[in-house]
Amino acid sequence: MKDIDKSFRKDTETEFPLREELRPRSVTAPDGQVIEIDPLQDYFCQEPPKVHKQSYFKIVEDFYNWARAHSLWILGFGTGCGAIEMRPLMTPRFDAYRYGIQWRPTPRQANLLVISGYLSVKTLKRAIRAYEQMPSPKYVVGLGSCTINGGMYWDSYNTIKRLDDYLPVDLYIAGCMPRPEALLAGFMDLKKLIRKGKAEGANKYAENFDWYKANQKSVIKDWDMPDYNW
Amino acid sequence: MMRDLHDHLKTRYRLGDLAERRGNLAFVDVERADLRALLVELRDVHGFTHLSLLTAVDWIEEGRFQLTYLMNNRAANRTLGLRVFLDRADPVGDTIHDLWPTAATYQRELREMFGIAFPGSPRVDEEFILEGWTDMPPYRRDFDTLAYSQQTFSDREGRETHDPRSHMAKKLYPEGQR
Repeated sequence: MKDIDKSFRKDTETEFPLREELRPRSVTAPDGQVIEIDPLQDYFCQEPPKVHKQSYFKIVEDFYNWARAHSLWILGFGTGCGAIEMRPLMTPRFDAYRYGIQWRPTPRQANLLVISGYLSVKTLKRAIRAYEQMPSPKYVVGLGSCTINGGMYWDSYNTIKRLDDYLPVDLYIAGCMPRPEALLAGFMDLKKLIRKGKAEGANKYAENFDWYKANQKSVIKDWDMPDYNW
Repeated sequence: MMRDLHDHLKTRYRLGDLAERRGNLAFVDVERADLRALLVELRDVHGFTHLSLLTAVDWIEEGRFQLTYLMNNRAANRTLGLRVFLDRADPVGDTIHDLWPTAATYQRELREMFGIAFPGSPRVDEEFILEGWTDMPPYRRDFDTLAYSQQTFSDREGRETHDPRSHMAKKLYPEGQR
């Protein structure tokens, strides 16, 4: 790579100041009582995620996995250009609903997060929030080459290169963009993974929680949310 | 027609030479002190009512920024670009948000991407597109986006880059003959 400037060094010193309304402060109530307020601690649950233990009997766990595989609810959150491929997929042309794959408007009602294409740092923050608000067991599918190795945004200052540094990815669907048929095949593969019990992304996230948080905070400079925000 | 306008304006403003790109598209260098009066006159007298674009160019070798105000006369189908040069070491531009409200958005973008200050422009110091950006403004030419991305994001193994010319030559002519 010859156009790279050897002398360029990224600024790692400057801290981004926390927004004023999020800083800890003490407030005097009308009756004279002084209240300590830390907005990032007070309004959110800080309990880190826990590993969901497998059932003692394998046949029961297999039954659970069979049931999970047939209940995929996608969060309707389009992060990049790949979101455009989801529209024919959820409408009569390709009709993913016949496979039991449905879209939901809120993370509380979804268990599959499809990162559809390039993910800028700004969107990554929202994707993390959405992922952490989804109920377990939950799965992440990375769509398109941008989520795999950066794709055509390999030299972008504001687009992440590897999605699995920041979120536990169960399955990648390669392509730029993958066609709806590829997405359908990918969802079928995801169902197979879930049935085999190999789609353990949520547990991986809980086990390596500190590693994921460190990676996320290394790119998101203005971390203005609690560490775990469900 | 653009030349007539240029000759007409040249009597009262310090203008550079007219650089004509097409019959109805031309650019002209103006002094920063004349900019506002010129914009108002072009808008109110000569029918250039639409500010198509306000953007900047980083002439790092010459140590200056160029602001381009692209003005459009819809009725006559003419576009005139005014070029103003700012010192790169201390880039401060004059806000024109009271002439065109849309200019405030352009000025916010220029503030964030080039670091050009526009004192008095509404919400100009707030974040526009980037969030939590602590490095130098990314559209400046001394900002190396490839080096930044390599120092920020991790690569996945196995990614190769081929120069298309040499790669195809090797693939089509393995022995080296053409």
